[in-house]
Amino acid sequence: MSASPPRVVVIGASAGAVQALMAILPPLPHDYRLPILVVVHVPPDRDNVLAPLLEAKCRLTVKEAEDKEPIAGGVVYLAPPDYHLLVETNGALALSADAPVNFSRPSIDILFESAADVFSDGLVGVVLTGANQDGAAGLRAVAKAGGAAIVENPASAQASAMPQAALAATPTAAVMSLDAIASYLLSLGTER
Amino acid sequence: MPEDIVDLEIQLLLEALYQRYHYDFRHYARASLKRRLTQARDQLGFPTLSALQDRLLHDAAFLPRLLDYLTVQVSEMFRDPSYFRALRENVVPHLRTYPSLKVWVAGCSNGEELYSMAILFREEGLYDRTLFYATDINPEALAAAEAGVYPLDRVRKFTQNHQQSGGRSSLSDYYTADYGRAAFDKSLRERVVFSDHSLVTDAVFGEMHLISCRNVMIYFDRPLQDRAIGLFHDSLARKGFLGLGSKESLRFSAHAEAFAAFTPSEKIYQRRDL
Repeated sequence: MSASPPRVVVIGASAGAVQALMAILPPLPHDYRLPILVVVHVPPDRDNVLAPLLEAKCRLTVKEAEDKEPIAGGVVYLAPPDYHLLVETNGALALSADAPVNFSRPSIDILFESAADVFSDGLVGVVLTGANQDGAAGLRAVAKAGGAAIVENPASAQASAMPQAALAATPTAAVMSLDAIASYLLSLGTER
Repeated sequence: MPEDIVDLEIQLLLEALYQRYHYDFRHYARASLKRRLTQARDQLGFPTLSALQDRLLHDAAFLPRLLDYLTVQVSEMFRDPSYFRALRENVVPHLRTYPSLKVWVAGCSNGEELYSMAILFREEGLYDRTLFYATDINPEALAAAEAGVYPLDRVRKFTQNHQQSGGRSSLSDYYTADYGRAAFDKSLRERVVFSDHSLVTDAVFGEMHLISCRNVMIYFDRPLQDRAIGLFHDSLARKGFLGLGSKESLRFSAHAEAFAAFTPSEKIYQRRDL
């Protein structure tokens, strides 16, 4: 789908996120090569229960992203509650407490746009289930920069609004079931 | 437009801002800065950042509008209530042992954190022996902080936070509501000095017992973070306290050894004297 080999995967999910992530992350092997950056809309209280929940089911390391942390392959980084997650020009992670975007902090758009800026056609953007519009502008930025744009099939997504909005913004995006997304991600990060 | 041209424009704009007005954003973390600048460009109606730079260089009255995009943070009073609870329960008992206190809210923006601190100190009976310094680089934000007026629709959240922070009084004791706005009591700023101060270019500031600087350094690059943390260390009294944002840490700092983790879960540190 993209010119250069994919280097990074970004995923955005909202309502129904946990089940969707449980379908696509656990099949990935422990020696998976790509870093995976994830924004899930979560309430802004401090305790992130999602990382331990996913970590228990995954063979990859799952952790909350830290400010200025270098990105490593085979690690799933989650945006902390109440902070935006961005990618710095030097490829490290960054957090911000800027105002919510699409009523969301973290915002999928912010992650996707900053990642597209840095990784351009080496980026894979995936918009999953959700009941709002966040991620639509972000996925458009991913596609515009030459990256691969993927949307969970709105017909089978737990909440269809977010994938629908993403698809409306990027009609060329590939529409896939959760199973197909899982196999696709697996093929990206394991082939030599 | 190709992204590398935008990046070049940003570099030139930051240099112009520094050389013309001595505001130094050159060591701010780029990803957020880029987002704020492109937002300013689009919302203020400039086709390019170069066009915005032209206006900035030739029209000093335009500067505050750009600074609003670059510096202003929308915060809440008692944001992260557990932080204020930790100050109350863990730090205040130490502060009580001093006959007079100095507290610095660095990067105070529109003042939400300053008023939170002033109210907490009043509730704990420390206000009258404390001098507060509230600093920011944005003059308009400082003026807003000094005015202490917030939209009433935000106050519900402030009230909720205040209660969760272990507040001993009712937040409504400290403001009067009128025309959809809450004006905080001027007695809260009787002992506050509002001052223009830059963590990037300015020097040490008094002998503080507590410095609170949350979600300010998150926008700095590593070397600038180190400078600011060094400044805080040198501005603290022996065993003085430093409070950071919930996702900030001294772990990777050049000054990590100069502080002890006091309440690690709330990012409250204590100056260590080696």
